[in-house]
Formats: sequence, structure tokens, C-alpha cells
Amino acid sequence: MSDVAITFDRVTKAFGNVRAVDEVSFNLPRGALVTLLGPSGCGKTTTLRLVAGLELPTGGRIEIEGRDVTGLSAAERRIAMVFQSYALFPHMNVLENVSYGLVVNGARKASAEAEATAMLKTLGLEGLGQRLPSELSGGQQQRVAVARALVLRPKVLLFDEPLSNLDARLRRRVREDIRDLQRKLGLSVVYVTHDQQEALAVSDLVCVMRAGRIAQMGTPTELYDDPADAFIADFMGEANVLAGEVLGPGRIALGGVALDVAMRAHPTGPAQIAVRPESILPQPEGATGLPGRIQRAAFLGQTREYEVETPAGMLFVVTPAASPAFAMGEAVSCRLDRVIPLRDPA
Amino acid sequence: MGALTLARVALICATLGLFLAPWHGLQDGLSELAAWPVGTAAPLVALLLDGSRWWLWPVALLLALAAPALLRGRAGGGLAWIGGLLVLAVLGAGYAIGLNGLQWGWLAPLLGAPPPQPSLGWGAFLVLAGGIGLFAAGQAARGRFGADAFVAFLVCGCGFLLILFVFLPLVNMLSAALYEDGRLAPAAFGARLVAPEAWSLACVTSHAGCGVVWNTLLLASLTAVISTLLGLAFALLAVRGGARGPVSAGAFRAMTILPLITPPFVVSLALIVLFGRTGIVTGLLWDWFDIPRSRWIYGLPGVLLAQVLAQAPIAFLLLDGALRAISPSLEEAASTMGARRMRVFRTVTWPLLKPALAASFLLAFVESLADFGNPLVLGGDFDVLSTRIFFAIAGARHDPGRAAALALLLLAITFGAFALQALWLGKRRYTTVTGKGDSGIPAPLPKGLKFTCAAVAWPWMIFTAAVYGIILVGGFVHDIGRGDLSFTWRHLGTGFEVGWFDGAPAFIGSAWDSLFTTIQVAAISAPLTAGLGILLAWLIARQNFPGRRGLEFMTMLSFAIPGTVVGVSYIMAFNVPPVELTGTALILVICFVFRNLPVGVRGGIAALAQIDKSLDEASATMGGGAFATLRRVVLPLLRPAIVTALAYSFVTAMTAVSAVIFLVSARHNLATVYIVGRVEAGEMALAIAYSTVLIVIMLGMVLGIEKLVGRARLGRGSAPTIPSGA
Repeated sequence: MSDVAITFDRVTKAFGNVRAVDEVSFNLPRGALVTLLGPSGCGKTTTLRLVAGLELPTGGRIEIEGRDVTGLSAAERRIAMVFQSYALFPHMNVLENVSYGLVVNGARKASAEAEATAMLKTLGLEGLGQRLPSELSGGQQQRVAVARALVLRPKVLLFDEPLSNLDARLRRRVREDIRDLQRKLGLSVVYVTHDQQEALAVSDLVCVMRAGRIAQMGTPTELYDDPADAFIADFMGEANVLAGEVLGPGRIALGGVALDVAMRAHPTGPAQIAVRPESILPQPEGATGLPGRIQRAAFLGQTREYEVETPAGMLFVVTPAASPAFAMGEAVSCRLDRVIPLRDPA
Repeated sequence: MGALTLARVALICATLGLFLAPWHGLQDGLSELAAWPVGTAAPLVALLLDGSRWWLWPVALLLALAAPALLRGRAGGGLAWIGGLLVLAVLGAGYAIGLNGLQWGWLAPLLGAPPPQPSLGWGAFLVLAGGIGLFAAGQAARGRFGADAFVAFLVCGCGFLLILFVFLPLVNMLSAALYEDGRLAPAAFGARLVAPEAWSLACVTSHAGCGVVWNTLLLASLTAVISTLLGLAFALLAVRGGARGPVSAGAFRAMTILPLITPPFVVSLALIVLFGRTGIVTGLLWDWFDIPRSRWIYGLPGVLLAQVLAQAPIAFLLLDGALRAISPSLEEAASTMGARRMRVFRTVTWPLLKPALAASFLLAFVESLADFGNPLVLGGDFDVLSTRIFFAIAGARHDPGRAAALALLLLAITFGAFALQALWLGKRRYTTVTGKGDSGIPAPLPKGLKFTCAAVAWPWMIFTAAVYGIILVGGFVHDIGRGDLSFTWRHLGTGFEVGWFDGAPAFIGSAWDSLFTTIQVAAISAPLTAGLGILLAWLIARQNFPGRRGLEFMTMLSFAIPGTVVGVSYIMAFNVPPVELTGTALILVICFVFRNLPVGVRGGIAALAQIDKSLDEASATMGGGAFATLRRVVLPLLRPAIVTALAYSFVTAMTAVSAVIFLVSARHNLATVYIVGRVEAGEMALAIAYSTVLIVIMLGMVLGIEKLVGRARLGRGSAPTIPSGA
């Protein structure tokens, strides 16, 4: 068996004249958690639904674990999915919800319920089997939805924005739970989200989509530190994108000031240069760096945020709270530790 | 369900149709089966071998072509071709060769002079079902219909039925307007369309009657205007009537259920009893005021009165809802800006009501166009299109071409009204229900307006009560027509006498047969209507497939076609092979199913809109095919909609008269048609007694169901209009 869980081979899905997914190709490794990330309307949910079989492609080929599933309906694909709304059947109790998949696949009711009960226990839901979904809290409903998917031992487990209906605190815990479960069971998971932090936190691989195509795919670190273009740089966390010039390896000019910085290889000449807010350190005036003036300063507890006006443009800066503080209007010199020269969009 | 399973079942089904079931219809019932496998009960294979149906060999060949791959376990897209050709071959041959031999002359070089072919029977039915199954399996194998063979089969099956029982009869009837004595005659068609009987304006200048189109339009407009105004008066009193509003609302609401459960022409009977030449009121007027007895009730005034009695409550329902939906804060805003009550009403309330007024007007207009029972009973010399169509078929001069042309005119007017409504409502839509909690007290009506409303509404209310009171009383007195009000069971006995012979009850009364048939037909058609309607709703709302809009349009089409037109089209389409159904109870069931389908579909779609689509999808991702999803998830959640559709179709099947009056037979008569017959025979009291029985049965049904599922929204008033331009 190969190590590939899902293969897309030039898959296209058109709705009328709109290509929601446009000739997308990728191989997703088995046993990994892959997130599809992107702004709304980028095609990430459609891609997930193509994997699930809830949409059938207009062109191309889809394989799951080496089997061609392009023309198969959702019911025939042996996947499982956790929906954004959880989609728990309101007329069935928790136990019936969780055993539903087993029953429609031909299992006896008794054995299906035994398996479902065991799965509920794994997810810490024992004793809730007779409740109706409407009698559960949001977090419990979410776990029932996960239990319902896992009990089928699917080849691929799909999550469609599973955390968006939870409050911020619960969201963090549930995403850790999902990650632990995925590691423990060695599941291949595809996970759709529009929240880049969530994506960075849980993924083995992140696939950023834009306008129906894959903009970049890589590990969270790769995407953060080595974004392909301004879109990714901006989407994966904050970035100041400035017009500048690459003078040579490790040397750039911004706003007419030549600076020595850490950077990836890039041909010399004018270029867009991205600088992460946390790579900028304001220092008292006179130190080497980009000169500027503090326009806005805010203290956020763990960090401080500044907006600094420089010859290269306005810089957004985040520093640890422990670093020295500056007041509005103060003249500073910004040291840039690391910059990302951006390639022209392909 | 996989494509392979479906294709195999379809193949078995078609093979059974080929080898076992009698190919042609059995004219004399199952006794003919004795002759099997030859003679009239012969299966197709026998007919092929003896050479009498040689043109059907393609059927056997196509099945042989499909079999090998299916036996080897492969279902490919090619099945779609085989299935499609199978259906075409059976139906094509059926229509091409009829009772008089070759029907389609242009096929003569190919077919020569084939022997006559009677109607299709069970064998053909099985082969057709198999063909549709193979077609659907082929489509599913090609990835259409979400690659789900079950959905594909449902869509293809429903589409086939809709084409056969909605679309083809209509086209067939309209094309009849083009023929005269079996020959194509466009000139005759033109003459029929502009005939003076339809368009004459003689009544303006002389005493002669006007054209039937003008009559129809006049009646419909008057009914619509008066019903809407009455409904408005009721609604204003109920919603804005101040302290006594709730009281009126309760009384008015109770009144709204009456037209629903009353056969349409029963009101006419009561009007005759009250205002006929020997009527109660007429008699009193003669005795007290020397006002001469006359027949004024027969004609426009009577029909108008009857229709308004039926339509005003429906207008009230619509306008009551609209008025309640107008947020009081809008009126309060106007008052705070210094507008007086009358001005607030004129500048805010009235404009916001306009869409509902238009809807109510058009609904009453269309219902009046479609009404058949009242003009038949009360019309006298005042003919409208629906009755004229009936007499063109059933009258002394049987002229299907003329009936078809008149039906075309009626259809055009109906569609015109629907199109107007869509146009009007499409342009202006006021959202007054915002979903925000809206406190505020509705502005009370201006004094003068309130007084006017009360002066109109309460007398009408009393009048309505009198009319329905007559219906209740009329069956139980000696002769209500002549004012003899002494109590008797006699009429009920004539209709519903039960004797006792040899220890078993015998239903001697003359009405039992039709009552049993009615209940039977209603009980069979109601679940079919509800089931098919909900299925179609699910397909239209939840499945994505080519031709979805077309399917939706065809389901709505039968709603827009007046009953008389449906009746005529059915009798024209199903009186001759290949699909010969007239004289059976089946045609009554089919007629009801396809007439009432739109209500089930609309109700189902509305209910499905409340159910998150991700529930279906969740079921699918867990391995639930479309069938399992439908059975375990969708249907349980749709239960209230299903029950409502059941109740509606049952009640309508019991009260309908316009379409089925063409389709009943001596063996299968229906209650409503029987009652119309009694009226024509002058047995008014029996007719009224029978109507009372019907009303009681239906009231029990409706109340029972309301208790079961809460206040169900029954009635055509709650059904929306067809989407135009689709």
C-alpha cells in the first residue's frame, strides 16, 4: 500500500461558469492531519466536499487510499465527516446517532449499540446515550459528532470548520483533543478552517487555497517562515509588506536605508519584502536600523504593539512586554532581525 | 442503491413483463387469465412468436442486449440507451398502432398495415418500469444524479409519470382543437378560438347573452373584488378592531374551515333553498311584501353569491396573516410624525397590504375560473367557460374540438392571471417580518372605517351562518324547498338505509355505493398523493440533477389547470389505447393524485427548508444511501408535512367535482357527482342530506388531524402560485 491517503489529479468543480475548484492536484500523506486554509470562497470547503463525495467533480480524478472514487457517491466512499453544524439527527438520541452509520451499513442493532457505547466512553460521553442532541451542550454535541464519525473506522476523516460554533476557550481544548485522537489512532484527517492560528496549531501540513487553486502547501513552519508570495505572507499571520530592493545575500535596502538582515536567497533588484511584526525591534534613536517615529502604542499584557512611521512606510510591530517601552511620538530606530523577500506571484 | 442492483431488478421486472404477464389490458377482468398464454391474456413473447406483434421484436432484442453485462456484474452507461429505447419502443408502438390499425400514417412504409392493437396491460407496464429502471441505472453509472441509482430511478419514474399524466393529456387535448373530423384543420381552430359563442358582446346592446369568455371574466372579477373586500373588512376587524377584535377573529376563523370541507356546489343548493322561486326567503317576501317570485338567483347573481361565500373566508385568511405581519412600529412611527389615524391607514397600512390584496384577488379570480359546481347548479342561462366545456363534451352535441378550444381559452386566462400575479409580486416585496421582537400595539382603525367594516362583516357573517344552517337542517326536514320544516329521517333513509339480511348488514340506500367508492378512492389516492408529493419535494429541494426545474414546473402545472380542463384532457387521452383507463376507478385515483400533487410538493419543500441539508449529507458520509437517508432521517422529520398533505388530499378527493365528473362511470360513481345528479333530478333534500353526511365525515377528518399535528394549514389558500417563466 502506498503512503498516500488522498490523491487529486487535476480536479475541477464548476458551478455554472464559476470554477470553485480549478484543476487542483495534490497527494495527501496517510496518517497526517492536513488543513485546508483560505479566505471564504477560496474553494476549501468544496475541496473537502469533493473528497467526501457530496459534490462530484466536473473533471479530473480522485483517489482514496489508491482506489478511484471519482464517480462514487458519498455513501460508497468509506469516509466520515464532522460537520460545522454537527448535523446530529434531532429525532434520534445520542446512542442512535452514533450507531446510525453502523446500522445503515448492515450491522445488527445490538452490536452497533455496543460499539457506539464503547466509542462514547472513549470520548468521555458515557451516560449520555439516551439524551437527545438538543439536551447537550455545544462541546458535548461536538464530541458526539466526532464519535459518530470515528465509530465507522473511516479511511479518511473530514472536518468542516468543526470548532466555529464553540467559544474561544473551548475551541483551544477541543482542537488539542482532536489532534491527540488523530495521533493516537493514526488517522488521515482533512480539516477545513479559515482560522490560520488553528491551522498552524493542529496541522502536519497546511494547504492554503486561493480562488479555487492551491496557493501553497507545506508544514506550518514552512508556510510561516517561507511564504511564496504576499498573499500567503499576509494570510499566515501578520506581515508588513514593503517595497524595497535586494542588494545581495543578507543585504537589502528599505526606504533608502541599507540593512544587514537574515533572509532566504533572492535575486538582486527591486522586490516586495515582508517583515513579521515580531522580527522588528524598536531601539532608542541612533542605533543602527530603520529610523522612525512611534505613531501609536498599546500595551496588551503579554505583548506591546506599535505603529511606527518609517521612510519605507508604516510598520506594525509586536514586542514582548518585557522589552523596553516607547511612548507616542518618540523617535526610534528599528532593527530588523529577519525579512522575507517575496517572489513575484506566479 | 448501486446502479448494478437497480439494473438487475429492472431487468428481472422487464423479463417478467416479456415472458409472463399479459401484454395487453384485460377488458373483462382477471377471468381472462384463463386463456393464458394465448389469446387476450398472452404475454409478449407468445405474441412475438406467432408473429402478430412483430414490430415489438426490438423490445426482446434490447433486453437480450442488456442481460450479458448485468449477469457478469457490470452496469455501464450504455444501459441508459437501452432503457430509453425500450420505453420509446413500447410507447411508440402503442401510439403508432391503435384500435384501427396504423395511426401514424407516415410510418406506413415501415410497418405496412398492422393488425389493430388494444391497450397496454401489465406486461407492457412491467417492461416500461424495467426500461425506466435501466435508463436510470445507466444515468447513475455515468455519475449523474449524484451517482445514486435510487435518486435516478425516482427522478426518471416521477418524470415519466408526470409526462404521461400531466403533460401528454394537456398537449393531446390542445392538439384536438386543431382537428376536425380527424383531419388537421387550422382554419377550424381559428374559427373556434374567435367564435361568437366565446366573444359575442350582444348583451351590451340587446337582451341576448354575451360571449362565454366575457361571462367568465365578469364573474371572476366580481367574485375576486367582492371576496377581497369582504376578507379585508373581516381582517381589519379581527386584527385592528380594538377590544372586541379577538372575539371577531375567533368567529371568523371558525368560518374559514367551512368552505374547505364543503363540496363546492353545496352552497348553491342552500341558495336555491333560500332564494329559489319556491325558496324560503322568496316565499316570505311574497307573503309579507308582495314581491313577486322570480328566478333571479339562477344566473350571475346566484353564482356570484355562491363563489363569494366560498372565497371570502380564504381572502380573510390571507389578509389576516398579512395584517398581523405589518409591524405596529411602522404605524407608530407615522403617528409620532403627526399623522392622524385615517392618514396613517391610507399612507402606511394600505400600501403595505397591497401585495396581500393582490394575492387574495388573484386567488379568488383563479378559483372562480376553475369553479364548475356552482355555475352548473346555479348558472341557468349564464354559461361560463368551465360549464360550456362540460356541455361540449357531455351535452347533446359532442364536439371535442370545440371543448378543446374553449379549454385553451380558459387555460390562457388562468395562466394570464398567474403571470400577472408573478409580475406584480415579483416587483414589489415588502419585508415586514424582520425576525426582531416587535413590541407595540397596532393602531386602532379610524372610527368611520371600523363602522363600515362592522356594517359589512357582521351581516355577511349572519348570512353565511344561515346558508350553512340550511345545509345542516335541510336534510332532516320534509321539504325544505317548499318550506315544510317538520322533522324527518326520510331523506337520510333514502340515501343511507341499512337493511339486515341473513344476519349481515345490507346497504340498501341509494347513496352507499358512491359514498363507499368516494371513501375508497380518497383513501387510496391520499397516501399516494402525499407520498409522491413528498418524494418530489425531496428530489426538487435536495437533489441536484439536470431537468430539476422542468420537474418542478410540471408538478405545478397541474395546479394551474382548471379541473374541467383536466377532466376533458383525461377523457381524451385515456379513452383509447395505448393507455386506456376510462371507466375504471384507477383513472379517478390518478386524476386526484396528479391534481393534488402540488400541495404535497409545496408543503414538503417548505418543510425541507426548515431541515438543515447537512443532516442528509451527514447520513450520506456515514454510508447511508439516498434510500436509507430518506427513510431514517428525512421522512421522520417531515412527519407533520406528510400528515397535512394526507389530510388535504383526502378532503379534496372527497369534495372535488370539476375534473372527475367526466371520469366517473356507473360502476365507479363519486359522492359529489351523485349529489349533482340528485340536484338535476330535483331531489334537493336528498342532495342536502348527503352533503351533510360528507361534511360531517370531513369535519371529523380535519379536526382529528388538527388534533394530531396541531393547526394544520389546509386549503388551496395556503398553496402558493406556480413559478412563472420556469
